[in-house]
Order: sequence, then structure tokens, then C-alpha cells
Amino acid sequence: MQVLVDNVDVFARGLYVTLQLCLLSALGALVLGTVLAAMRISPVPPLRWLGTAYVTVVRNTPLTIVFFVAAFGLPQLGSNADFLRIPGLDRLFVRLGTDLPFFRFAILALTVYTAAFVCEALRAGVNAVQPGQAEAGRSLGLTFLQNLRLVVLPQAGQATVVPLGSVVIAMIKNSALAGIFGVTGDLMQVSDDLVSARGLPLVPVFVGIAAGYLLLTVPLGLWLDRIERRRVVAR
Amino acid sequence: MKMHRLMAVAAAAVLALGVAGCGGGSSDTSANPAVDTSASFAAGTTMAKLNKAQSIRIGTKFDQPLFGLKGLDGKPAGFDVEIAEVIAGKLGIPASKIQWVETPSKVREDYLAQDRVDLVVATYTINGERKKKVDFAGPYYMAGQDIMVKKGDSSITGPESFRSGDKKVCSVTGSTPAGKIREYLKDPASQLVLFDVYSKCADALRTGQVDAVTTDNVILLGLVDQSKGAFQLVGKPFTQEPYGIGLRKGDTAFRSFVDDTLEAAQKDGSYARAWKDTAGKVDAQTPTLPTIDRY
Repeated sequence: MQVLVDNVDVFARGLYVTLQLCLLSALGALVLGTVLAAMRISPVPPLRWLGTAYVTVVRNTPLTIVFFVAAFGLPQLGSNADFLRIPGLDRLFVRLGTDLPFFRFAILALTVYTAAFVCEALRAGVNAVQPGQAEAGRSLGLTFLQNLRLVVLPQAGQATVVPLGSVVIAMIKNSALAGIFGVTGDLMQVSDDLVSARGLPLVPVFVGIAAGYLLLTVPLGLWLDRIERRRVVAR
Repeated sequence: MKMHRLMAVAAAAVLALGVAGCGGGSSDTSANPAVDTSASFAAGTTMAKLNKAQSIRIGTKFDQPLFGLKGLDGKPAGFDVEIAEVIAGKLGIPASKIQWVETPSKVREDYLAQDRVDLVVATYTINGERKKKVDFAGPYYMAGQDIMVKKGDSSITGPESFRSGDKKVCSVTGSTPAGKIREYLKDPASQLVLFDVYSKCADALRTGQVDAVTTDNVILLGLVDQSKGAFQLVGKPFTQEPYGIGLRKGDTAFRSFVDDTLEAAQKDGSYARAWKDTAGKVDAQTPTLPTIDRY
């Protein structure tokens, strides 16, 4: 286990890159997933169809394929995902703005993939709200978006916290794939650095990597548990 | 009718493959090797044994383009193969009597120790660790880490070109070249991409995500060969990987015979011809034989 102690800085750097990747992807997935959920429950049929088609295609595609499309398909189409170089945000997350597009591709892949699951988790929450609530809102003259924002989503939130948490935790673990698609220096890639290049023993290195992911996921799980308990009391 | 068409397509495919296989073979094109039919050796030596048996087992790579690549005709072809045929010729053994054995990097020392091959000519880098287990004749080729760029790109002239920080480079995770190139990078986070295989690096170079790919020049030569003119080598190796011919530990007479053969091959031009017939199709700079290390 001396290996872990000696290379704690390498693990920490990997953890930091993975944390950045997960924060940005989770943010993107929550936004995109909410939009998709709104589409799927909207009163406009073409929007519903679009939302349903998105979820059907993306949710049923292996994540590796989504990564492949992002990292090798987009370049074929001449895109470097430059629209993700969001001014301001790229100061905070330096990798977002570099000339190497693979960090952006990874965010895109994780966002697109996870959004489908976020959408379904939100929709499950919305379905759990009694129809009378939305009907009451409508009879008060609220528009669809007002109704969603003021009446339905706040109540859906309670039923959504747990499945949404699971989706984000799954996404954090999924981010381990990013290292295979050109992102350098993330937590999973630490193993290549330490094992293949520097010849350190495999098992302690992977124990360190596992610990790194647990450091991200376990506190998140505990936090979600707390929110859930508080909500129950509030009801 | 439909069936007929299908069979015709299949037949055409088989034909095309056959033709492609022939194109890759070297046995029919090269004048190599001259078989020394009058060769005679002192009794008891490995050379005498092999000459008498009229057969030799040679280990080479079957998957390394331009050095040792097995074609559909079942015969490996490449620079390593040509060098091996030159040596066999000096032993009085024609190329057709060579038994080719596939020796991937991991098994080379073991196959020699277990007497499963007589020689290993398989992009085999000489180093101290390996010298403890096997003996090396040669070196017969000086490989080294090089850089591959898009055809016509003259903005990268060597590893120093990465110091300014605006050029991006791709290599394979955990490899020695990937570690070496880091020394020349200003900021790895924005300059270095690592994939699990070189074909992905080549793809990233083709679509412009990176400006260069770096690893051993031998691997890069294979990629340049496959790219159909899209890529080129910078051609200035910045590390030294001497390739030797592995033989059983302690067989000094055989080792100096192979050393002599290599030097003779340089003199009579068969060394240069071996290069031109194989790797020379991609890298026109014919190397000269490095100084033989007779230890």
C-alpha cells in the first residue's frame, strides 16, 4: 500500500480531472434531461415524438458507442465541439478551452447519454404527482410551462431525488470510459501512467482508483439520503 | 440466379484478396538471397549442423508491416525476413527451406531458450536485461522514436517543435514513447492525447485533432504505408533502439558468423536491397549497417 502513499499526488490530480468532467457532465445532463422531460409531457405532439425518439435511441445505445460517435464521429463532420468553450466557464475549467477537443467530446458523450436517463427519472416523478394538481393549475389559467414550474416539478422533485441520484452516481462511474477516448489524466488513466509506464504493481494502483471513485460517489449518496429524509419530514 | 451472382461476387473477392496477397509478398520480387551452395563449416558448430540439415527455424513477427508481416500466401515478408534470408543463404539454405515461427515480443527469449527457434529476427531491441538471457548479433538496424505528421506539414521538425505549446501530439497509453515525449511538452493537458491503439491516433491525425503521432519509427512506417500517402515521417529519430538478431546464449561462433554475414551483406549491397524491397518503399533513406557490437 506504500504505492498509494507515494503517489497520492498523482491520484489527487486524476481525481480532480474526473471531478471536473463529472460536474460539467452532470450539469449538462440535468439541463438537457429536464428539457427532454418537458418535451415528453408537453401538449405538442411533435415535441413528444422528438423526446420519445431521443430517449429510445440514446438510452438503448451502449455508452461506448456514444463515446465513439462523439470522439471520432464529430471530427469526421468537422466539429471540435467548440460550442462548449463557454466564456467564463473555461476559466474555471481550463480543459474546456484547450485546443485538444477530447475533454469536450467526453462531456458531450456523458451529457447526451445521461440526459436520457435524467429525462426518464424526472418523468417518473411527474407521473407520481396526482393528475388533479396539474388540472387545478390549468383551471387557474397557468400556461403549460408555468404549470410545470410552479405546480408539478416542485412536487415531482420529491419522488425524483432518489432515482436522479442513482443516475448521477452511474454517470460518475461511466466517466471512467473517458480515458479510452482521448482524455488524459483522469482517474482511470492514472493506472496507465503508474502501471504500464512506471511498472508499479497493478493491485494497489487499482485499489487507489477505486477509492478515488468512492470518494466521489459515497458522499453524494449520503447527501442524497439526507435530502430525502428531510423532504419526508417536510411532507 | 441470385445465388449465381452471390457466388460470382465471392469468387471476385477471393481473387482480389489473392492478388493483394501476392502484391505484398517479397519472395518473387527480390533477387535475395544468394544461396551459398559451397558453404562449409567446422564440424560441431551450429552452422555445420544447420547446413547439413538444410533447414533452419527462424522467429519473426507476423504482424509488423514492412518488417515481418504474414501475407495470405502464408509467408512472412519484410525487412527482418529479408535479413533472415540473407543469413540462411550464407548457411547454404535456400529461402524455401526456412521454417518461419511467429515470435511476438513476449516469447522471444523463451523460444530461444526452449530451442524452438535457431534465430530471432523480430524488431528485437538489444538491451542489458535481454542480454542476460540471450545473445545478440548485430545491431543490423537502428530504430528510434520518430514523429509522423500530415503530408506536406513542415511546421514540425522534431520533438523541439512541441516546446512552444501549440502543437498537439498523440501516442499510446503507458508506452515508453509516450513518456519520452512528455519531456518536450509545455503543457501535457492541452498537448498530449493517449489512445489504446495507434490506429486511433492515425484517425485523430487525419481529422486534425492532433498535429502529430509519435512512437518508434518502425511502427510509424507501417502507419505511413497504410495511409496511402496521407502521412509522412519527420525522419529524425531522437532515441536509439538498436535491433539485434537473437540467438542462444553462449553460442559465440554462431554469433560471430551472423555478425560477419551482416557486414558482408552491407558490402555486397544485399543489405541495401533488402531495405529497398521492403521498408524502403515507404522510407527512401536506405540506412547503413550500424557498427557491429562484437562483445
